[in-house]
Amino acid sequence: MISFNHVTKSYGEEITAIDDVDFTVEEGKIVVLLGPSGCGKTTLLRMVNQLESITKGEIVINGENSKDLDPIELRRKIGYVIQSNGLFPNMTIEENVMIVPDLLGWNKKKKRERFEYLMNLIGLDPKDYGKRYPHELSGGQQQRIGVVRALAADPPVMLMDEPFGALDPIIRDKIQEEFLQIQREVKKTILFVSHDIDEAIKMADKIVLLRDGKIMQFDTPSEMLAHPNNEFVSQFFGKDRAIKSLSLHTVQNLREVIGLGPVDEAIQDTKTIHVHQDLRNTLSMLLNQEADQVIVKDEQDENIGTITIDMVQKYLHFEIKGKMSASQEG
Amino acid sequence: MDNWARFLEVNSSRILELTIDHAILVSLAIFVALLIGIPLGIYLTTNQYLADTVLQIASITLTIPSIALFGVMIPIFSLINQGIGFVPAFVALVLYSQLPIIRNTYTGIKNVNPEMRDAAIGMGMKTRQRLLRVEIPNALPVIMAGVRTAVVMNIGIAVIAAYIGAGGLGVLITQGISRNDNYLIISGSIAVAILAIIADAILLLIQKRFTKKAIAE
Repeated sequence: MISFNHVTKSYGEEITAIDDVDFTVEEGKIVVLLGPSGCGKTTLLRMVNQLESITKGEIVINGENSKDLDPIELRRKIGYVIQSNGLFPNMTIEENVMIVPDLLGWNKKKKRERFEYLMNLIGLDPKDYGKRYPHELSGGQQQRIGVVRALAADPPVMLMDEPFGALDPIIRDKIQEEFLQIQREVKKTILFVSHDIDEAIKMADKIVLLRDGKIMQFDTPSEMLAHPNNEFVSQFFGKDRAIKSLSLHTVQNLREVIGLGPVDEAIQDTKTIHVHQDLRNTLSMLLNQEADQVIVKDEQDENIGTITIDMVQKYLHFEIKGKMSASQEG
Repeated sequence: MDNWARFLEVNSSRILELTIDHAILVSLAIFVALLIGIPLGIYLTTNQYLADTVLQIASITLTIPSIALFGVMIPIFSLINQGIGFVPAFVALVLYSQLPIIRNTYTGIKNVNPEMRDAAIGMGMKTRQRLLRVEIPNALPVIMAGVRTAVVMNIGIAVIAAYIGAGGLGVLITQGISRNDNYLIISGSIAVAILAIIADAILLLIQKRFTKKAIAE
């Protein structure tokens, strides 16, 4: 758990970079710090591992005030991932991943086992990749290595500063999925910086939306999309926030509320979609193809129904817009 | 060609001897210069104010013409009865080597990708661990480039040291000039050039041997 208790950072009298920020990252949850450039999100993240100083207030990590901890010890207990992966080109992949265990003085056997476990987690062969150097890997692989390096000493807390920001959209999407998969297994307490709204909605248990060092809203993604606190929040998420919120709902959700259409066996060449896909992807698939329906498959790859644009619209109206208008009236 | 053959027959052993003297003078000077310059360059990365001052002084040293520096050293070293010969030449070469060695060590380490440094600090490396594991290995090509510059430069400057009786290949050239003997001048110059090329090649080999492929590229 990471608690920010009225944290303020100012430079001299005039400039306040972080203004009385107060929120908590619950154990095993991902909180995304979101906001425009210069809103203080990276500064806030770097305060946790004391790369930035705190002027007022305190940060409490798993019950200990960060001020009372030795910065070197503290940093070794916190996983740290940065955008450009920060791998060291003079070290092999294995040496890179095992830096913190090495600093902590683990023995060879323990390091070896941990390395193999971590590489299997991201689906890279430890024997093959261990001896390679970072420049021999693709950008996506390097970033995966950056992530497992942060996991190496099994720290309870992780800080991720736009970890997937430098990747192309397709790879980014894949690695985000992969990371969420890993997170379900390792359940770390994660503070995650992003400037990408879609990424924030996808990754976050809760979002902290910042502007000029102040918290504009601290809420779950669906709450924030449905009930923006103020003009800035609703503008930040944009006019299409209803469509954005579709990525929080799956075909399964739609199926439970309004059901699916019947499968017409005559239509053969239609695209198919998995029942756990989110509705935003489903919608873009529907818009991109000529036919007006796609076939929905379940886990067993059986056709269980079809979905059309009208159905997505109907769902959007009932489930999401309904909540939004209710909040505006209230 | 016959003249050359006769010249070399008589002088080759002397040329070889002077080349060895030359190489010894330069090697000793570089060795001491490394012992001073590299630790100093590393230290300066942690002290910005001192870095500016020291690099300024080193730059100024390099602008002093070598013949003038030797001239200044004669009265100073005369105080310890070493006015001419090996000692002033050695000291001058050490001074001249400082700029390329300190500056390249300093800039090499300073220019290590800041994100790499950030990652190293963020993972909990102490300053010493960061220097030894990340910064120095990644700055090695730049540091070695400075060493190579210093060596090649010193081989040239050591020629002038012959004027203050430090020996070396400069002896052939100065004698050649005073006797108007082209054979001496040319053989001396070629020997200096070959020595410089060989020294640079050896250092390049060392550099490649100790630099990981990943950084060299």
